[in-house]
Amino acid sequence: MLPKFSYIRPDKLDQAVAQIQAGNAAIHAGGTDLLGCLRERIIKSEKIVSISGLEKLRGVRETVEGGLRIGALTTITGMAEDPLVRKKYPGLAMAASEVASPQLRNQGTLGGNLCQKPRCWYYRGEFHCLRKGGNQCYAIEGENQFHAIFGHDNICVITHPSDTAPVLSALGAKVQVIGPGGGRNIAVADLHVPPRDDVRAETVLDQGEIITHVDIPPPPAGLYTSYRKVRARRSWDFALAGAALALVMDGDRVVRASIVFSGAAPVPWRSREAEQALAGNTLSDDTIDKVCRAATAGAKPLRENRYKVPMFRGMLEEELRKARLQEKA
Amino acid sequence: MEKNDHDDKQGNGYSRRGFMQFIGVGAGVVGASLLSPPLRRPLKAEDVGTIFPASEMVKVRLAVNGTVHAVLVEPRWSLLYVLREIIGMTGTKIGCDRGECGACTVLIDDVPRYSCMTLAVEAENRTITTVEGLMKGEELGPVQTAFVETDAFQCGYCTSGQIMAVEGLLRKVESPSPEEIRLGCSGNLCRCGAYPNIFAAAGKAAQLKSK
Repeated sequence: MLPKFSYIRPDKLDQAVAQIQAGNAAIHAGGTDLLGCLRERIIKSEKIVSISGLEKLRGVRETVEGGLRIGALTTITGMAEDPLVRKKYPGLAMAASEVASPQLRNQGTLGGNLCQKPRCWYYRGEFHCLRKGGNQCYAIEGENQFHAIFGHDNICVITHPSDTAPVLSALGAKVQVIGPGGGRNIAVADLHVPPRDDVRAETVLDQGEIITHVDIPPPPAGLYTSYRKVRARRSWDFALAGAALALVMDGDRVVRASIVFSGAAPVPWRSREAEQALAGNTLSDDTIDKVCRAATAGAKPLRENRYKVPMFRGMLEEELRKARLQEKA
Repeated sequence: MEKNDHDDKQGNGYSRRGFMQFIGVGAGVVGASLLSPPLRRPLKAEDVGTIFPASEMVKVRLAVNGTVHAVLVEPRWSLLYVLREIIGMTGTKIGCDRGECGACTVLIDDVPRYSCMTLAVEAENRTITTVEGLMKGEELGPVQTAFVETDAFQCGYCTSGQIMAVEGLLRKVESPSPEEIRLGCSGNLCRCGAYPNIFAAAGKAAQLKSK
């Protein structure tokens, strides 16, 4: 049984903003992560503000510039199946279709997928870890086979659980946010907080701020997108290793490369080393080899997750070979 | 071990569930009012929206299998708990109670969802279908029939969830491919490992439905 809470379902966005400001209110969008966090006492909140009635925050539409504006309440299924998403950014549709299970995709929302809490078993379990206000990360010395190999700085070694964030980050998308102080937009690439900046925060959002939309810039000519998720079982699981690619191609040459990993770091992990090794080059065997080695050169694996280093290399190699095949076709 | 929804019954001499089954479904308001917590309709204020206070029972209307049930709920109660323990429809099963196993799958507006991860107050004004709703009078519906005929279970605990996942799939895709069937069932675990027969049942159900 969940702890007791009051429940408010505003009809309008400004009501929701006003309600969420107060105290330790928590936002209910799809509820798939919230209910679990309430059960596990990770979120301790006596007031739930449900934004599920705000229909204006649902759906995908094309912007005048030719990009997409996706409402934060759009379900993951809605995104995976949307014809515009599939046409303009196939990698985003792939990522959405790989999230969790059909039931959770039918309920979970884009905003929730970006703001979900981490999946470390110490954090989700009964351990008062650093992220929950304690004084140590239990995973650094403990069971860490599913944990981070990048960006953890030996502070907190969670991996960010979102599949959609890496693709949106690679595409240069921005979240539109509304809060008590008005609206602002934040690049998805800047939304998540690395442990060295603040180990207690997952996102840069302030209390009372709600993501309303995600804006994706128009696809440039020659854009190739993909998402790959390697996991322990085929049916549904979080990523052991994942990669979002957004490559701008000119013939067989990669003009611009964005490569963002999932299952890699406490935040969606942009591999600038891999991007630099790839940009300006053709997808030759030699380049692919260099890119993959560059991608993992800075890895800091833990005792039980060394396997992730060759896994990321191998996965990236396969993904770049797929991109090459696609361009030749 | 965490308390689950079962542990939280209010002691009044007989189980609420037994009582509700005795007086029949649809009488939720009368039944629950005997438990005597303060009754309150949700406030509907122009500047706020819908408010359900924390410790009070509030009336919601849930449309389950074509019947509207007016029930008193706490905001924290899951749809699963309300279906089983308040309305008395026990076809929907409690498995993990954390959105991982699929035993509690129901359709909300024809779409499969985990009822353990859905607050009952969130299911207001939606169309809910449980395994009981697939019956045609005393006869099994096509998906249920297909599960029986292909022997798509051993212990049977996950079965109503599996059936609802398949029902949801077939409401969306009339004639799914084997891959679509596997994906459609991928949110439902079967610890007996009856998957090959479950997938076969889904194929058969598609045929039965199209007859």
